[in-house]
Amino acid sequence: MASNSSGGGSDRQRIAQQRLRIIAGHLRRPVDVDSTILAAECKAQDSKTDVSSEGKTVPRRRQEIMKWNGWGYSDTKFLFNKKGQAEFTGKRYKLSGMIMPALKDWLEDTFGTNLQHKSPATPILTSSAVQPPTLNEAFVEELKSTGIPFSHDAEDRVFRAHGHCLHEIFALREGKVGRVPDLVVWPNCHNDVVRIVELACKHNVCLIPYGGGTSVSSGLECPPEETRSIVSLDTSQMSRILWIDEKNLTAHMEAGIVGQDLERLLNESGYCTGHEPDSMEFSSLGGWVATRASGMKKNIYGNIEDLVIRVKMVTPQGVIEKSCLGPRMSTGPDIHHFIMGSEGTLGVVTEVTMKIRPMPEYQKYGSVVFPNFEQGVACLREVAKQRCAPASIRLMDNEQFKFGHALKPQVSSMFTSFLDGLKTFYITKFKGFDPNCLCVATLLFEGHREKVLQHEKQVYDIAAQFGGLAAGEDNGQRGYMLTFVIAYLRDLGMDYYVIGESFETSVPWDRVLDICRNVKLRIIQECKDKGVQFQPLASCRATQTYDSGACVYFYFAFNYRGLSDPVHVFEEVEHAAREEILANGGSLSHHHGVGKLRKEWMREAVSNVGMGMLKSVKDYVDPNNIFGNRNLL
Amino acid sequence: MLLKRSTRGAHSAKPPVLIRSQCFVDILEERRLRSDLGHALRTFRPSPYKGGPSCSAADLPKIVLESQHLRYVVKEIATETGASPEEVREEASAILEEMSQNLQLGFIRLLGYIFTKVFKRLFTSINVNMEGLKALQQAIQESPVILLPNHRSYVDFLVISYIMFTYDIPVPVIAAGIPLAGMKIVGAIIRRSGAFFIRRAIGSDKLYWAVMSEYVRTIIKTGFAPLEFYVEGLRSRTLKSLMPKLGMMHMVLEPYFKGEVYDIQLVPISLSYDRVLEESLLALELLGVPKLKESTTGLLKASKVLQDDYGIMHVNFGRPMSVRRLCRGKINLRQYNLIPRAEAQACVSWLAHLMVRIQEEGSLISPWSLMACLLLQAPTAVLTEQGLPWHQLTEKTIWLRKLALDFGALPDPDVMSSAVALHHSVVRREAGRVYLVREEEPERKRPISPEEDVIRSAAAVLMMVSYRNQSLHLFVRPALLATAIGVTKTAQRDELFAFFCFLRDVFSNEFIFIPGESSQDFEEACVLLRKCGAVHISEQEVTASDAGLEALSFLQALLQPFIDSYQVMFRFLCEDKVHVFAEKQFLPAVRNLATKLILSGELHTYETLSSDTQKNVLSALRRLETLAKLES
Repeated sequence: MASNSSGGGSDRQRIAQQRLRIIAGHLRRPVDVDSTILAAECKAQDSKTDVSSEGKTVPRRRQEIMKWNGWGYSDTKFLFNKKGQAEFTGKRYKLSGMIMPALKDWLEDTFGTNLQHKSPATPILTSSAVQPPTLNEAFVEELKSTGIPFSHDAEDRVFRAHGHCLHEIFALREGKVGRVPDLVVWPNCHNDVVRIVELACKHNVCLIPYGGGTSVSSGLECPPEETRSIVSLDTSQMSRILWIDEKNLTAHMEAGIVGQDLERLLNESGYCTGHEPDSMEFSSLGGWVATRASGMKKNIYGNIEDLVIRVKMVTPQGVIEKSCLGPRMSTGPDIHHFIMGSEGTLGVVTEVTMKIRPMPEYQKYGSVVFPNFEQGVACLREVAKQRCAPASIRLMDNEQFKFGHALKPQVSSMFTSFLDGLKTFYITKFKGFDPNCLCVATLLFEGHREKVLQHEKQVYDIAAQFGGLAAGEDNGQRGYMLTFVIAYLRDLGMDYYVIGESFETSVPWDRVLDICRNVKLRIIQECKDKGVQFQPLASCRATQTYDSGACVYFYFAFNYRGLSDPVHVFEEVEHAAREEILANGGSLSHHHGVGKLRKEWMREAVSNVGMGMLKSVKDYVDPNNIFGNRNLL
Repeated sequence: MLLKRSTRGAHSAKPPVLIRSQCFVDILEERRLRSDLGHALRTFRPSPYKGGPSCSAADLPKIVLESQHLRYVVKEIATETGASPEEVREEASAILEEMSQNLQLGFIRLLGYIFTKVFKRLFTSINVNMEGLKALQQAIQESPVILLPNHRSYVDFLVISYIMFTYDIPVPVIAAGIPLAGMKIVGAIIRRSGAFFIRRAIGSDKLYWAVMSEYVRTIIKTGFAPLEFYVEGLRSRTLKSLMPKLGMMHMVLEPYFKGEVYDIQLVPISLSYDRVLEESLLALELLGVPKLKESTTGLLKASKVLQDDYGIMHVNFGRPMSVRRLCRGKINLRQYNLIPRAEAQACVSWLAHLMVRIQEEGSLISPWSLMACLLLQAPTAVLTEQGLPWHQLTEKTIWLRKLALDFGALPDPDVMSSAVALHHSVVRREAGRVYLVREEEPERKRPISPEEDVIRSAAAVLMMVSYRNQSLHLFVRPALLATAIGVTKTAQRDELFAFFCFLRDVFSNEFIFIPGESSQDFEEACVLLRKCGAVHISEQEVTASDAGLEALSFLQALLQPFIDSYQVMFRFLCEDKVHVFAEKQFLPAVRNLATKLILSGELHTYETLSSDTQKNVLSALRRLETLAKLES
């Protein structure tokens, strides 16, 4: 206990108090007391090896810091201030507290929005909108006896009933709530999970694992046809780093730890995993494993499947894990690959051993302007060919370039403003780039200082062959920062009749340009056909390069004024866009996963036999469909 | 719903593809008022395709030679043949040189000048539907456009370019047969007017295929210019639509199938003539007189035809059709994700047939064509000797015109007497009667043999047959049903349908039927026959009405020459004990048999003598796997 700092201590106090209440409630039942002691033991055991447990970002009651019907922290949002200027509130981000003068015009020009026409969200959740929980009494009774905290509070349940798909957030903003879990349970350690899964099997209760809640595949949606009691298993309290092995450069973590905590805590010891998905503020390690996540800096560190050494997962059949930490094995098909991408259909990932790296000595952002998207893609392809991609390289199309511009904060000094003007003049007038065609690649280099500089030169030289001009560190850095704030921006759009979504795919190099063009055109045409009154925004960027192809991200948004059922139209267009992606040789998903949103294409994606293989694994591991979120299959 | 005139029941939600309103404008009118030179030198300001990178005619071959696909094939061929890659590349380059167009505005202007002169002399007017032209202008800016005219006369060639030049639309590049390239001067001119040249029998020449498909693909991908080609492949000698050729169609659609372009617009164009320049040549060709090789001197000799009047030429631009929309649900493009060369034959074939059908629907039916239908139903001897009473013919034509309009024909305001006057080479009106005109008997010593006499009549009849063929597509579906009713003597709908399908199957090389749409065709036939009051239709039955006898017997008689001809050939094949024969021998042998049968009065049609019918029978039998072609 002495090793705990105050932050962890207060958390413990809360848990202890909760336990006390439970004990008080069951004072006459000695069995319960035993089980609480057992739970406490599990805690104590951990504390011996606990590297650090301070600064837990995610409380059990997420609503204390996060929005219930939008993205991210409650204190952070875009709004139009009294002067009609866009402002980003809060203190958490570099952009926080800043004013973005160009955003209003961009919104109006791009979507035809009008600040007079608002579509505000329902401010608070009315409990009456939430169906009362269907509880499996026997299960609840036994759960109580384990002392593992749980709740059937309406807010707690609603929070775990959704991810961040457009339709999910749209419904919440209208105060509409569908099927939600009947109970939320917060295990504290692996053994707690084992116990919960045992009980769920015993009482035939449906379990849905919940990590960071950032799913964009309808993965967290409760199947409406589910008649059993649904229990959301929230791993957020299992967020400790259990050990760091500096000899082998590995670390062992509980799966509920969210990305930002993991990096911060490792950084304190001088290490990092380098795994930085765009959702890393909120998404959890277990979620990454369960969805085959991909990180921004995968070029140096690899995607999740390259980073994971060993996984522990609790299934209805018991615990699945490997017996050693060998770096590679030839022991039949890798069982990790049943776990990675299983999307919560087979069990709960509880602990993960992962590669770590010493923190990079030096980081440098950069950016390159290309006269058009074609040249940009050609450059990325060449970079991939020469295998010299920096930690991250992303290519935004013209629409996104303009969007990035709209988010430029107010310039404080005349000098910067003058410099910006000069740059623009140089690029458009002197170099003859068409501002309606040019596009930008953002770069991030990491490593030893000299090597980074060398590497930087190599990449810029290649870019120059494709007509690219270096456009400075600032542009690059802003590009990456936007990644974190763009999700907040969707909430602003939704205040003004604009709905949107991003979706991704991976595609061979020779099809990158075709898929980008065709999907964007398809979106525009479908919107027109479906009666959308305003020109939609259809934009894309290539976010990852591989030897044989790239990951492409699409952004799509439109002003829905005048539509009676905007979400339906939206879903139809999104569906058509996915059809177009598949018709153009794109994959069903690069890293978002399948969930329930893309399930209909799964069979075609993996063939009948492939589907049968996956099904037979499910049938063996979970014959009673305890993990009944019905994702994937 | 049933009454809706649509050949594509499955797609009835689609807007009608044909532009039916009659805003045809005579484009010669203005030419007659103003200077030809002024027209040739007009400011040409087309609005090109917005989507693609613009490239010049000179860039095209470079892009093609540099393309990954071609480089790959070159390497592959080099390995196979043992030649050096440079040699193969040289060869590819030579093929490309032979093929390439070299579109230059100057030559379009020159052509414009010549065409204005020639057209003004040949035609009373050239009527173009402006609405279609406007839609085309729009479509060309939005996506790559394929122009699909039918091919009925040498005059067709470049007429589209001429019109597009006149109306500020980007001038197309045109796929043409290689013989045209060989013509002195003319070959060079049309190459510079946008024609590119394709060999006829490419067979398995891998390099040629690769160069050609890459060339076509590049034109479409870059949006260099609209591409024009004949989906029927050839000029129809019989004025009847030909089975579409799929190779070029496939090549053209491939950029869409592979997602290299978002969409392609197909524009079927129907050219119809009151009178075709090469009418008598065609008839002779069909009777076995060999075709003249395309040559410049030949062209000059042919200039004597310029002295005659050929009436009106109609150019009907169909509404541009999005391949993306047409193919929805027809083809799964994901098959292209793994193997770049997967087949999409069924879809291409469907599309190609559809295009020909739309060309047919867009053709104007002249009264003369209807008269030809009727004239051909009279015994030939009567036509040549006694003649047909004029009033009887006119009355009947008026009746038929109404039937044609009922069947959805585009009304043509022409007058019958002038039609007959225009076709003085085929018929002559004398003392209230109409006679078939046969070629003047040459002065000769010995009397003409009966066989030679048959050929003389046949030439005249086949000329008329061509004009009848112009309207055949309108009647063919109801005619199949009428025949089914006549032959089976049943009213049971499913029995009729079965026989209808049988006939449709047998005659699939003769008439254009969209593959896989037999029930739609049957439905259409039923609807049309009911519309003209020829049948009653219930859930289970189709019964002929008393009032409909005239229509039914006309329709049966319309199909009769085909049935007779097919039967003669089937009989020949059955009687002939030999199981293997050469195609070269087959044609004259059948011709002999038919001549004999005509002389003996057993056979009443001269159409059996047409090599076109003969070839169609062979193709049909091969398709039905009754005959097989042996490679020698």
